[in-house]
Amino acid sequence: MTSPTDHVTDHPAGVRPAGEDLVGDDTTGTPPVTLGEPTSPARGPGRLLRILAPLVGLAVLAYLPYVAVELPGVLPDRVNGPGSLQLLATCLVVGGIALSYDVLFGRTGLLSFGHALFVAAGSYLLTVSLSTWALPLPVAVLAALGLSTLLALVVGAVALRVGGIAFAMVTLAFAQAASIIVMRNPGGVTGGEEGRPLDRDAVPDLLVGVANAPYRYWLALALVVVTWVAVAVLVRSRAGHAMAAVRENEQRAAVLGFGTYRVKLLALVAGSFLGALGGVVHALVLGGSNPHLTTSEFTLSLLVMVVLGGAGSRWGALLGGVLYTYADARLVEVSNAAFLQGLPDVVRQVLSQPLFILGAFFVAVVYFAPSSTSRRRA
Amino acid sequence: MSDLVLLIVTGLGLGALYFIAASGLSLIYGLMGVLNFAHGAFITAGAYAAWLTMGALPAGWPVVLRLLVGVLVAVCVGAVVGRVVEVVLIRPLYRHHIQQVLVTVGLSLAGVAAAQGIWGSDPRAVESPAWIGGTTDMLGARLPDDRFVYVLVAGVLFVGLLALLHLTRLGLVIRAGVENRTMVEALGIDVHRTFTVVFALGGAAAALAGALYSQYAGAVSPAQGGSLLIYAFIVVVIGGMGSLTGTAVAAVAVGLVQQLANYYAATGVGDLSVVLLLALVLLLRPTSLKGATA
Amino acid sequence: MTAQQPESRGAAVSAPVLELDDVHVRYGGSHILQGVSFEVAATGVTALLGRNGVGKTTTLKAIIGLAPRSGRIMLRGSEIQTMATSRIVRSGIGYVPEDREVFGGLTVDENLRLVAPDQGADAPVVGRLFPDLVTRRGQRAGTLSGGQQQMVSLARVLLRENALLLVDEPTKGLAPKLVTEVADVLAEVARTRPVLLVEQNLPLVRRIADRVVVLDAGAVVHRGAAADLVADVDLTRELLGVSMRREGAA
Repeated sequence: MTSPTDHVTDHPAGVRPAGEDLVGDDTTGTPPVTLGEPTSPARGPGRLLRILAPLVGLAVLAYLPYVAVELPGVLPDRVNGPGSLQLLATCLVVGGIALSYDVLFGRTGLLSFGHALFVAAGSYLLTVSLSTWALPLPVAVLAALGLSTLLALVVGAVALRVGGIAFAMVTLAFAQAASIIVMRNPGGVTGGEEGRPLDRDAVPDLLVGVANAPYRYWLALALVVVTWVAVAVLVRSRAGHAMAAVRENEQRAAVLGFGTYRVKLLALVAGSFLGALGGVVHALVLGGSNPHLTTSEFTLSLLVMVVLGGAGSRWGALLGGVLYTYADARLVEVSNAAFLQGLPDVVRQVLSQPLFILGAFFVAVVYFAPSSTSRRRA
Repeated sequence: MSDLVLLIVTGLGLGALYFIAASGLSLIYGLMGVLNFAHGAFITAGAYAAWLTMGALPAGWPVVLRLLVGVLVAVCVGAVVGRVVEVVLIRPLYRHHIQQVLVTVGLSLAGVAAAQGIWGSDPRAVESPAWIGGTTDMLGARLPDDRFVYVLVAGVLFVGLLALLHLTRLGLVIRAGVENRTMVEALGIDVHRTFTVVFALGGAAAALAGALYSQYAGAVSPAQGGSLLIYAFIVVVIGGMGSLTGTAVAAVAVGLVQQLANYYAATGVGDLSVVLLLALVLLLRPTSLKGATA
Repeated sequence: MTAQQPESRGAAVSAPVLELDDVHVRYGGSHILQGVSFEVAATGVTALLGRNGVGKTTTLKAIIGLAPRSGRIMLRGSEIQTMATSRIVRSGIGYVPEDREVFGGLTVDENLRLVAPDQGADAPVVGRLFPDLVTRRGQRAGTLSGGQQQMVSLARVLLRENALLLVDEPTKGLAPKLVTEVADVLAEVARTRPVLLVEQNLPLVRRIADRVVVLDAGAVVHRGAAADLVADVDLTRELLGVSMRREGAA
């Protein structure tokens, strides 16, 4: 039996001898399981602020389509211009998807490299059921969510038979298989590298066309609110506490009587459902399904977002997603900036790749603050 | 019949490439518990190193010679890159497994993006010796010659690694470390030095895979490493994480399944059946894979 | 507390081989060792005793650098608490962990060659103390019995000139006959170098230990001669929660 672990004593998972030094066996230093309310509610003015701040922020965001100010260098045109609103809407959608990924990674400690699979499933199942199967929009949305959740149940049931790093590899493999299928365009259903456009006749006029950018923006905002509330409810539920226990120390959670397999499966299915919801909105906001959603690169970027923002925190995941998407879209402009013109061509070419900057930044964050990248806040 | 022979040979050739890419990954995972996403960047680095070297050598040289030098340079570049990554980025995060993986994730994103920035995202054609594109008639089938090269190289690598593992002191430490790193330390052996060697070895093997894969594909492109890496991951998981022989068997199985299913079912089914094979292995024998949980 | 080492078996009093001074171990939120201080004499067997879970294994791991520790640990007068495990081991501490920890996929000879590359099972000490291992040198260690694995684990630390051996529950799970064999080997080994022994088997402690250190709740609660503790039934019960059975296995 080859079992690379850091433990000198190497018991099979979950089975520990009842002998001496139960705690002392663990040389990696994991903190004890903390149960109960993870974030103790602040009192007095602090508590008011905690409730008010998101509401004020939400109100400001909802009002943006009425703001006609130009922000040169920050947004492509007026704040309520179609270009700006589309960019903001995309940022919000990806922020919502990052929130859904954090249910797995930040809340339950599941390092999944296959989250893109469920986001893409939501997106593609919507566009395909609208056009190929000619379903009405509400049915198409339900079908996309239902089938994606079922897929998550099946994939999760298989992938969760292994833990840790092996789980990461297996989820990656499943997502990659889906990506290959989408690229191969079986029966002309997925549209291959071109992706599948949204059937404009099948969706309400409000969601179509340049002039209706505000509605798509509000839809994206609604996604963020729904996902936010769903994650908040989940985290405070009994299941959420079990997820936190599994994240802190899976073996101890098992000892405490949590069925860790079921807890992890629940987290995976719940996160995937929210991810699929994000995929559905993504398709509606961006007017179709893009094969980029299926790639492992997309999952990896979700991981980068969550880690940069702060794993296990709703604000962190959301802001990470929003800022990452914004940076990805706007860093190209930066690389054309005048102050870079003096640099050698090769350096400029490398710096013109947003992913290079984000990847390098990510490495720096993980490297210099390793403890900040996981289980930061409960 | 001739179809079957052809498919088996092409499948073996593909499996050989998978093995070369996966061998280093498997050793690194087995010994250190690090899932090395940067392996794809190592593969890409090898492919570009070979391509650039071939372009820089005098055009008057025969292509075979330039390819040989190119592969040699690629292997050296891969070893150096692997070594540097281990010493600079992986070692300081010892015992932070998730963070080690995250660092390699960032590295893989940045590496691909850098290659894209410098050489563009479009594939660049690589020169091949004439005979690599040729065929050999055998058992009624016209077999592409390059597959034999891949199988030969993979075979030599396999035997060489087995010899390293079973006949040398370094190999003994690696095998012991794959079982239980901490106990190796507790016997007074500085296992970290072994980590560096294994990372350099893995980088060299990855670069070799990259150089050969660019011959297989006829071009180099930034995304190449990533696509080969996925299959390497699958091979490592099926092979049992850290077992070299398991990796070899899994690589052959994956290559054959992919080719046969792509031909006898439909294009694309091969890739899907590889993942089904993975799922099957996980369902039937999950315990052997319960490696590091960190 | 002043450390008075009672010498029960007449060996000359010399400087202790190992000194622990206010050693703490914390895992995350748990404070497992809370200021452990004791000395290990330069000869004979010092037994580390205590109930389950008081930190005996953790103490050994702290010494060898496998647990995150603070405080001061001195081996023959020089500090080792900041060194990496492999360096601590090479500076003269042999570690026989709980549950043997042999490399199951490696042969007996390979297990030994990890420590002594040129000798392996050919080393004189192996032939003298563990003739059984020489005949089984080509066998995979994973297929050995528990007792044989314990012999491999012990042999590994004897291949190096160690100043001190840390031995963690060497008789755990062994049949009575094997317990006696292991005890014989330990007694033999302890003649030439000091041993810090964690052991639950009190008859064994009575037979081979010279001194005892008793831990409770992460701190030292008793130090003294092994014979004195074992002779005092009330004290034994109070410190270890067990009563000494007269018909001991050793």
